[in-house]
Amino acid sequence: MELSRRDFLKASGLGVGGAFLLGAIKPDKALAGPPQALPLKKKIGETTSICPYCGVGCGFVIDSADGKVLNVEGDPDHPINIGGACAKGAALKQVGADNPWRLSKVLYRAPNATKFEEKSWDWAITEIAERIKSTRDANFTEKDSKGNIVNRTEAIANLGGAALDNEECYLLSKMMRGLGLVYIEHQARI
Amino acid sequence: MTNHWGDIANADVILAMGANPAEGHPAAFGWIMKAKERGAKLIAIDPRLTRTGTKADFYARIRSGTDVAFIDGMINYVIQDIEKNPDNYNMLYIREYTDASYLINPNFKGPAELDGLYSGYAGQLNEADGAKRKYDKSTWTYQLDENGIPKQDKTLKDPNCVFQLLKKHVARYTPEKVNAICGTAKDSFIEVCKAYAETGKTSKAGTIMYAMGTTQHTNGAENIRAYSILQTLLSNMGVAGGGINAMRGESNVQGSTDYGLLYHILTGYLKNVVDSDTTLTKYLERITPTTKMPKSLNWWKNTPKYVVSLFKAWYGDAATKDNEFAFNYLPKLDSAKNYSFIALFEAMAAGTIKGLMCWGQNPAVGGPNSNLERKALENLDWLVGIDLWQTETMDFWKRPGVDSKTIKTEVFVLPALASYEKEGSVSNSSRWMQWRYKAANGPGDAEDDLWIANKLMLKLRELYVNKGGPGAGAITDMAWNYGDKPDPNVVAKEINGYDLTTGKLVNNFVGLKDDGTTSCGCWLYSGSYTEAGNMAARRKLTQDTFNIGLFPEWSWCWPLNRRIIYNRASVDLDGVPFDKEHPVIKWNPTKGGTGGWDGDIADNAAVPLSADAGVLPFIMVPNGQAKLFGPGMAEGPFPEFYEPWESPVTNQASKQQSNPIFKIWRPEEKGTPDEFPIVATTYRVVEHWQAGQMTRNLPWLVEMQPEPFVEMSEELASEKGIDNGDKVVVESKRGSVKMVAVVTKRFKPFQLNGKVVHQVGMLWHWGYTGLSTGDSANLLTPSVGDANTMIPEYKAFLVNVRKA
Repeated sequence: MELSRRDFLKASGLGVGGAFLLGAIKPDKALAGPPQALPLKKKIGETTSICPYCGVGCGFVIDSADGKVLNVEGDPDHPINIGGACAKGAALKQVGADNPWRLSKVLYRAPNATKFEEKSWDWAITEIAERIKSTRDANFTEKDSKGNIVNRTEAIANLGGAALDNEECYLLSKMMRGLGLVYIEHQARI
Repeated sequence: MTNHWGDIANADVILAMGANPAEGHPAAFGWIMKAKERGAKLIAIDPRLTRTGTKADFYARIRSGTDVAFIDGMINYVIQDIEKNPDNYNMLYIREYTDASYLINPNFKGPAELDGLYSGYAGQLNEADGAKRKYDKSTWTYQLDENGIPKQDKTLKDPNCVFQLLKKHVARYTPEKVNAICGTAKDSFIEVCKAYAETGKTSKAGTIMYAMGTTQHTNGAENIRAYSILQTLLSNMGVAGGGINAMRGESNVQGSTDYGLLYHILTGYLKNVVDSDTTLTKYLERITPTTKMPKSLNWWKNTPKYVVSLFKAWYGDAATKDNEFAFNYLPKLDSAKNYSFIALFEAMAAGTIKGLMCWGQNPAVGGPNSNLERKALENLDWLVGIDLWQTETMDFWKRPGVDSKTIKTEVFVLPALASYEKEGSVSNSSRWMQWRYKAANGPGDAEDDLWIANKLMLKLRELYVNKGGPGAGAITDMAWNYGDKPDPNVVAKEINGYDLTTGKLVNNFVGLKDDGTTSCGCWLYSGSYTEAGNMAARRKLTQDTFNIGLFPEWSWCWPLNRRIIYNRASVDLDGVPFDKEHPVIKWNPTKGGTGGWDGDIADNAAVPLSADAGVLPFIMVPNGQAKLFGPGMAEGPFPEFYEPWESPVTNQASKQQSNPIFKIWRPEEKGTPDEFPIVATTYRVVEHWQAGQMTRNLPWLVEMQPEPFVEMSEELASEKGIDNGDKVVVESKRGSVKMVAVVTKRFKPFQLNGKVVHQVGMLWHWGYTGLSTGDSANLLTPSVGDANTMIPEYKAFLVNVRKA
């Protein structure tokens, strides 16, 4: 019996933790009504997302439980990829927190040191903000040689980020201009 | 993209050039296959027979860096055919919707007369002095009548009209010339011209799909101009299955550009402020275009509304009429300087940049001339890297060959959350803003970039409030009220904009004002999050009126949820669609009582052009008509072929060897063909992505594509005694890499004017950090960039190859 993935998802109930077992139907009988939802022990949430890789913007469905990713597959309702995935999208599960290569700690490398050490967020935010302030203040031009008000610093640069969310990009654009930066660039340039 | 991914299925002919969508944008390739099912033809133009090429009905091979010669050759074919068979083209479109009829200053001269240059060049042919590599554009102007309107010859016969000047310009690009420059066989070239010229008919549409192979050249912007000219002559702009479709490479590079994360723009492509903008009024005058053309909407005339609304979003109550809406808080560019990526790293190498923040970018692998970037980073006092993974940029101080103890840079690594570990939106290549949700927790202490930026800014504001500092007001007066954990919905609403008198979200940018009563973070996105809700989160699959696959209720796209831009060009003067089978918009005289447009959101909603209140279709162009003649370009109003900076041959189109304008940063780093006789290009594989940190740390992907390779023809391999799988050394003037050789039939040697020239292709996703390590092709690429955009010339440079 043919079932589209869309039908399967609808039958199992999105995020409700139900399941549809093919074996539960008598094979010689046509499907007369909606399949029964069978409760599973674990609640599986399904969340829709958009791929972080190229600019097609394919839809994905992330299956997760207890905050952990169990499976990632193409979203059959997405009008562009219609459930399909390229090699990268198909590997999205490995981007998740279980990948040991994921950064999970704030790190710091001191001048001339040969390795990184772990630090806390509070420490890092304070230290970074102090460096931004001291570099900016020591290299801030209120008026240029012609007397024009320019209020800029050319000593700090900001790069990134083509994979950041729109809301993040907007806040960075706002923040960096607020700080007086002019060297603001990212992947779109290259 | 002017159109969108699913619209590709409406095309009759698809031209894929400077791109390999089968591997670069695989889901989109499904739409190409859908078009083919309906009888469409695919043309692939590429130095290599890629996977896209294997599905093409026509494949034409060209040498990397010769795109303008090929496309100008196609334009030549089309213009000659327009004159022979005008009934096969949309002459109404060409006459009424473009500048083909405009008369140009009779003192304007082009490369056909000046050996490759345009009138007004400050230097000599092949000028080396940077100060003289520029144009005085005073002859690149329209002839104006007494009302300031460009004079026009609608018969298109006047020798000074744009159509005739373009014809003269491209006449040199004959099939023989294309063969001599590009190495394309004449019959291949003519087949492509014939197939694509078919889309000039009103009932047929052709789309051009391109990517980095088109843009990453010193002539990159002119490559795209050439596509625009071709598409305009073929009446393919604004129609279903047509358009100029840039296939962007990152999930949100569209958004990051829209939000102004490039030095020269603020949000919504508003030009950034410069030193000579001494007042808000002066600034607005400089950046707001005007027109005398009757019936031209000149939409950018609304610029002041978007600027003032942006300043209100950034400075809130601190932006008032009295202080020019906080205008002087904005950092102004030194108008004599370039601050783009290449310039940025040159400044870092010179020691003027002391601190760098790097959010999800890895320039130590992604930038050109990697050794330059990696060495420049050593001059930083501090570096902050924010990413999901350790990167080569964060590790530059312990890269192979350096002694960490000599490098003083402090490096802070901040762990970031992945796409499905946070909530927010991303904008795909076709301007669709799609909302996505948090599905899982991130590892350990990882946080999202929104949280990180907010924390930093809160701390900085505290420091400036407590300790003061030069220009502190720009930081402390900024409207920054996101709490401790910013909500992306709150930010999205700020972006959409508010009517400050009522506190309600504006419906769209039409409601924005220049008097300080509205705020809007980015005018293009106004309409995305309104009182009706989050438009970007919509998931309805309702079909559009004419069934052309618009999906108008899936997500939200800018501007105004208009899916196909410039769609007024898809109808005639009375609002009747040219293509009856795939209308985009159609004038409905009884709609809403007084009449309206059915279909897509009309670009713009005014009545048809034949009526008094009608408007010309290209509303973002001051004169309302598509530009075949582009005086805004740095190196000339028509695309002229120039060889890449590093080239194996002399230019066969003129005496000007390479682009006469682009800045040559390091002339001593130029490789010459005697030492480096082989043309090299760079490209990608589907299993890896950009600078590699998002894919080289995933075991499944590393298993499929474990190491970088250099691909070469069987002929070259045989010459060099290289077998498939051998380790080889590839060298350029700037560096050396070791890679696996992949010997294929996909490359073939070029015959250029009797000379045999080999080409190779290399991957660049690799570096010295992560699960899979290796050399990046960027150790070899040159740090010269396009004259208009400064995008580096990664796609055509010179190397030599030998067995390791």
